[in-house]
Amino acid sequence: MDIPLIEFKDVTKRFGPLTVLDRVNLQIYEREVTTIIGLSGAGKSVLLKHIIGLIRPDKGDIFFRGKAYAEMSRAEKAACLSQMSYMFQDNALFDSMTVYDNIALPLRETTNLSKAEIDRRVMARIEQTELVDAVHKYPSELSGGMQKRVALARALVMDARIVLFDEPTTGQDPVRKNAILSMVAEYQKKLGFTAIMVSHAIPDVYFISNRILALYDHRIVFQGTPQELEDFDHPFKDEVIHSLEGLQEELTGLYSRRQFKVRYHAELRRRALQESYIVIVFSLKDMDALIDSLGYETMQEAIRCMGTYIDKHFGAIGGFSTRLDINEFATVLPYSDLAEAEAILKDFTMDFRQQGIRDILACRREASLPECIEFIISAGFAQGQPITSMDSVIESARSRQKEIARLLCDAQGLDS
Amino acid sequence: MAPTTDSRSRPEDLERHYPVLLPSRLFAFVGRKAISWVNNSGASTIFLILAFLMIFRPRQFSKIVQQLYYIGARSSSIIMLVSLFTGMVLGLQSYYALVKFGAQGALGTLVALSLIRELGPVLTAIMITARAGSAITAEIGIQRISEQIDALDTMRINPLRYLISPRIAASIISFPLLTALFDLIGIFGGYISGVVLLGVNAGTYFYRVQASVEIKDITDGLIKALVFAVIVATVCSFEGYFAHMRTDSHGAKAVGLSTTSAVVLSCVLILVADYVVTSLLI
Repeated sequence: MDIPLIEFKDVTKRFGPLTVLDRVNLQIYEREVTTIIGLSGAGKSVLLKHIIGLIRPDKGDIFFRGKAYAEMSRAEKAACLSQMSYMFQDNALFDSMTVYDNIALPLRETTNLSKAEIDRRVMARIEQTELVDAVHKYPSELSGGMQKRVALARALVMDARIVLFDEPTTGQDPVRKNAILSMVAEYQKKLGFTAIMVSHAIPDVYFISNRILALYDHRIVFQGTPQELEDFDHPFKDEVIHSLEGLQEELTGLYSRRQFKVRYHAELRRRALQESYIVIVFSLKDMDALIDSLGYETMQEAIRCMGTYIDKHFGAIGGFSTRLDINEFATVLPYSDLAEAEAILKDFTMDFRQQGIRDILACRREASLPECIEFIISAGFAQGQPITSMDSVIESARSRQKEIARLLCDAQGLDS
Repeated sequence: MAPTTDSRSRPEDLERHYPVLLPSRLFAFVGRKAISWVNNSGASTIFLILAFLMIFRPRQFSKIVQQLYYIGARSSSIIMLVSLFTGMVLGLQSYYALVKFGAQGALGTLVALSLIRELGPVLTAIMITARAGSAITAEIGIQRISEQIDALDTMRINPLRYLISPRIAASIISFPLLTALFDLIGIFGGYISGVVLLGVNAGTYFYRVQASVEIKDITDGLIKALVFAVIVATVCSFEGYFAHMRTDSHGAKAVGLSTTSAVVLSCVLILVADYVVTSLLI
């Protein structure tokens, strides 16, 4: 495996009698989005501040590309740390400076860029974070959410190779929360930086994270992909994940994968062995091309709307849905067989072609769409029985997917 | 049972087992304070040297000019007011003392030398401490507790260069200028009370001022102003910069206590330094 970009080996940190980190071991890899989750006060921010050198460990070592901070010369360490930028939990904005000056500060003080170039870069970030109306305002004149976006813009303005986000979505409404996560994902994809994030936005962060680190009882108890976290059996899941998931998906009403599994098993326990059920898997194809033409945020919004549409349609007939992946949804029809599912899917397809696809586009009406885009939505279904594992039924449905709707737009308008 | 004295024993545990006499406690208290004082003195000296060296780094000019405005220009009105009345009181008191000996003609000498050698530098420094020094501590302290200084660190902007150096440079420039202003207005204040109100001859007053003041008196006064500038800027910046390290309080209260400490310590050090510098220069 590659050498980790950042590695903690037995890092311990105490503040007086209080142990915050106790022999913490973790690895963070380059060009990935790594999210640290845990309860408030668990030491997530302290962990992040160790990475950027604001706090030094009492014991243990922190390695940057295989070399310990402790063994580096001052110049070497400064060179490593200069590749990082940090977004503070409480924003740490300069309250005597305007929004523009706050964002321009690192460029003015650490680069030799011309005034015009600084202005171009700052205004680009201001536009991306929807702060154009607040350019000349002071932080105290902004809402908490807007202050958060100023801090985000300042963290991104230097185009750092490693960006640390300390709870970037705290205090945001659900729409802004998802917009910020989408923005992090979009920039990470576009600029190729390594994102290290502390967040409570579970399960939203699963969709943008390559790796999850779980901090519990002063230690890292889990490192792995969001999918691996689903199968992780530890008290951490009961205390942290379950409590945080209660707030998830305010907009779509979709189940998280864990809730989906719980409902799935609960439904099947009540069933006789010979009774069948149907799983339908929906996918949006050619995601990369769509992201390139629409932008990550618009795309996320469209997918979210698609999830809402699917959930409303099948929820009315007793189905329940979840988001499997960034572009994939699964719906369970607990009381259906293959013939019935085929008819239901046919109805859905007609309805979706007539109205659904337009609803999805309408979600981002204010976004400027390119002249011609192509949306292809596929669906496949498979029959399962109580003894069949959920994953195998989903896989079977996935393998039977075929195109159910295609949206084409040209100069004359939409054609689905 | 005899108490164990392993390395993890806490002082309070030891005190419970071994009755500690009052003199011992007093001795320990004085020792702790002395160690703390030595630590702070060393730290503030290093703080001053590092910040001073960074005055000459690029991109400092505009920040120094900005601080000159806050510390220097905006203090000038209060300095003029205080110096006017100081000169007037000095003229009034000196006149009634001198008139007993029939030496009221020496009023100009007394007012000018008192102001230029002592009152000018000391009162200017104390007034700037009250007006700008407290603001420096409070501003830097708030920036510290709201993580703005940590944010500078993460942006690779040296906080000493960005926050402290311009203030030290601006103090070094503005203290002597404001002291000169204080002296000038103070002499004019003495003229108002002595000449305009009490009838001392105007020509005699200004002749005595001109004849008695030597260039050494002026340079000594300005040297004192420079020393006070370094003291006030260092103490006020240091107290704010390390407001989060206070052990007696946290947050906004720590900033308040740091501001009080900075003003009190600056004033005391100004008077102590005044004696030391005077004895060296005389």
